[in-house]
Amino acid sequence: MNNPTICLNARPIDAYMTTLINKTNIRSYWQALPLTLVLFLFLVFPIIVIGIVSFWDYNEYSIIPDFILDNYEFLLTSPVTWQAYLKTFKYAFLTWLLTLSIGFTVAYFMAFHIRSTAAQTILFLICTVPFLTSNIIRMISWIPLLGRNGLVNSGLQSAGIIDQPLEFLLYSDFAIVLAYVHLYTLFMVTPVFNSMMRIDRSLIEAAIDAGAKPFQILKDVIIPLSKSGIIVGSIFVFTLVMGDFVTVKIMGGGIRANVAILIYNEISLLQYPSAAAGAIILLITVIMMLVILFRLVDIRKEL
Amino acid sequence: MKDQENQKADTNKASGLSRRGLIKGAASASVAAVGSGAITGFPMVWAQNIKNVTLRQFGTGVSNLNAIADKCKEELGFNLQLTSLDSDSVTQRAVTQPKSYDIADIEYWICKKVFPSGVMQPLDTSRLKNYDKISPLFITGKLTEDSEIAQGTAPHTVGFVESQSSKKFAKSPTNWMTLIPTIYNADTLGIRPDLVGRPITQWSDIMDPAFKGKTSILNIPSIGIMDAAMICESMGIIKYGDKGNMTKKEIDATMKVLMDAKKAGQFRAFWKSFDESVNLMASGEVVIQSMWSPAVAAVRSRSIPCVYQPLKEGYRAWGGGLGLASHLSGLELDAAYEYIDWYLSGWVGAYLNRQGYYSAAPETSKAFMSDDEWGFWIEGKEAKGDILSPSGDVMEKAGSRRDGGSYWDRMGNIACWNSVMDENKYMVRKWNEFIVS
Repeated sequence: MNNPTICLNARPIDAYMTTLINKTNIRSYWQALPLTLVLFLFLVFPIIVIGIVSFWDYNEYSIIPDFILDNYEFLLTSPVTWQAYLKTFKYAFLTWLLTLSIGFTVAYFMAFHIRSTAAQTILFLICTVPFLTSNIIRMISWIPLLGRNGLVNSGLQSAGIIDQPLEFLLYSDFAIVLAYVHLYTLFMVTPVFNSMMRIDRSLIEAAIDAGAKPFQILKDVIIPLSKSGIIVGSIFVFTLVMGDFVTVKIMGGGIRANVAILIYNEISLLQYPSAAAGAIILLITVIMMLVILFRLVDIRKEL
Repeated sequence: MKDQENQKADTNKASGLSRRGLIKGAASASVAAVGSGAITGFPMVWAQNIKNVTLRQFGTGVSNLNAIADKCKEELGFNLQLTSLDSDSVTQRAVTQPKSYDIADIEYWICKKVFPSGVMQPLDTSRLKNYDKISPLFITGKLTEDSEIAQGTAPHTVGFVESQSSKKFAKSPTNWMTLIPTIYNADTLGIRPDLVGRPITQWSDIMDPAFKGKTSILNIPSIGIMDAAMICESMGIIKYGDKGNMTKKEIDATMKVLMDAKKAGQFRAFWKSFDESVNLMASGEVVIQSMWSPAVAAVRSRSIPCVYQPLKEGYRAWGGGLGLASHLSGLELDAAYEYIDWYLSGWVGAYLNRQGYYSAAPETSKAFMSDDEWGFWIEGKEAKGDILSPSGDVMEKAGSRRDGGSYWDRMGNIACWNSVMDENKYMVRKWNEFIVS
């Protein structure tokens, strides 16, 4: 018999709560408006334009509004596209594997072997030092090192280890992946280090008390708990490698190509519609990869 | 509407002509007075107006030189604002942003692409004093009476349009020129004589397995395809109807040769810009590659031996010129004509000759060069003293000779001009495949 009174009392509170929620909702919509506008103007709108242009026709010097599927047809049926995607995935996978192993090791060392916070901060700052120079400069500085008559080859030759200069060092897949790892490892270190610092140290103590071996601690405690950092780092590395063309252009000597190079070539030859089609397909590919990665971890919960 | 426009054009023309009349008078007066320094007399008459004029010129790095802008300011009184881009960007900008420039400094094959889009206006040759000084190579296509016209987009084929408002290229010279030629050269392969270890005599030598992993070609489709065609023809694999305008079959065959070579590891790299080619050569990464003449000079200036090797099949030639944007009118248009006429009057020509290019009006530039310079660069004679670059550095020591010899030996031995083909879209796609494969 008490129920009706509660209900009666509850109703105005309910109503009050709803208006309150609505009010904050409206207020938060206002707060989100500037960012929404910026994103719409500079992200959504350009992508829509690219999408539209990808159906247009073109000749040597102009693009012609039209609705044709030629650009996509040529793109999706050309073996070159598939080769380029294969290459891109190869670069992305190798870079991811290497940046993950290096990044994880570095982050682990900083998080668990360095005791003082000051030392951790200093070491982390040292990691970022290379980023004080432009990434083009960092890339180009590899060239005199790796060239046929470069430091590495002449060093090895004068030490008598090799007779012929190693050709694969420069203008090769090796050089490209090397540059990627050099450029992007920090993007892995930072999020992994961040999530490792949040791990409650008493969990590790508990694991030790329960008789876990060091490897078991790593496998069953640290890796699962730094998963969000690993995923965030992987997202950074994957998206950066998938969309990059400068590294491939410089370290590949113009002789290697990935998807972005394909698009870059088309843009420089005024073939905007086919470049737009290439960009749309690349975008879809990257989004699909991100969806898979986000499935593995709930970023919002973990951060 | 149309009448109005015509009228406007007429009044512009009328005022332009009368102003020009004045200038001509002034010029001839100062010729009498100062002799060789004649051109300095120009700005006096309209100095007040012309000082405010700024002409925006853009083009490839080869002829967009600040020294020319400075000299122009000094002699003509108005400002020249230069922008340098690579060939692809030049084409792109010429078409997509016609309002962003007043004068386009472009190559003839780019002109073939750009002019029909209506972003440029033809030049009235009767307004140019130095028109008849222009080399016949750009008017009739023949350097001498009995020379043969080379394949490709030869400048004279896209050098004229039928009328002022026409976008159609004329078959024979008319009064309306699309570009006033300024600069041209004959390109061939550059080699490192100390590293190739044998004489290089023909284009196909770049495919010699001995140079595996030590060669490079340039990755600008319209130019690269020509080098490729020269190579294939020299290898005896393909016989072209017209290298400058290939059929789809010819393109496929050419690309197959290139792709096979790439798969076999013949190429070390592909280059797109001038400095890339210099670095590849200077570092010894490649020993034989497509190259441009000033790049060879740049390698040599580092005391590294490099030869611009003449080859028996002949040269691949290119030429560039100045064209007017269609929005140009009134005072700016007059200034542009003045500038272009001045360009042909000798000082710039001598400057370009000294860099290893050729001036489009050879005889006017002779007056601005020493006998030794003229002998070295144009006549292919042994240099009596050190040959200096325009900036005063020693380019060639006394006793050296220009690779390939005289102007007539080099420009008279052109196999093909840089070009844009009817099957351009197809070619570019195939080229892209080759680069990616």
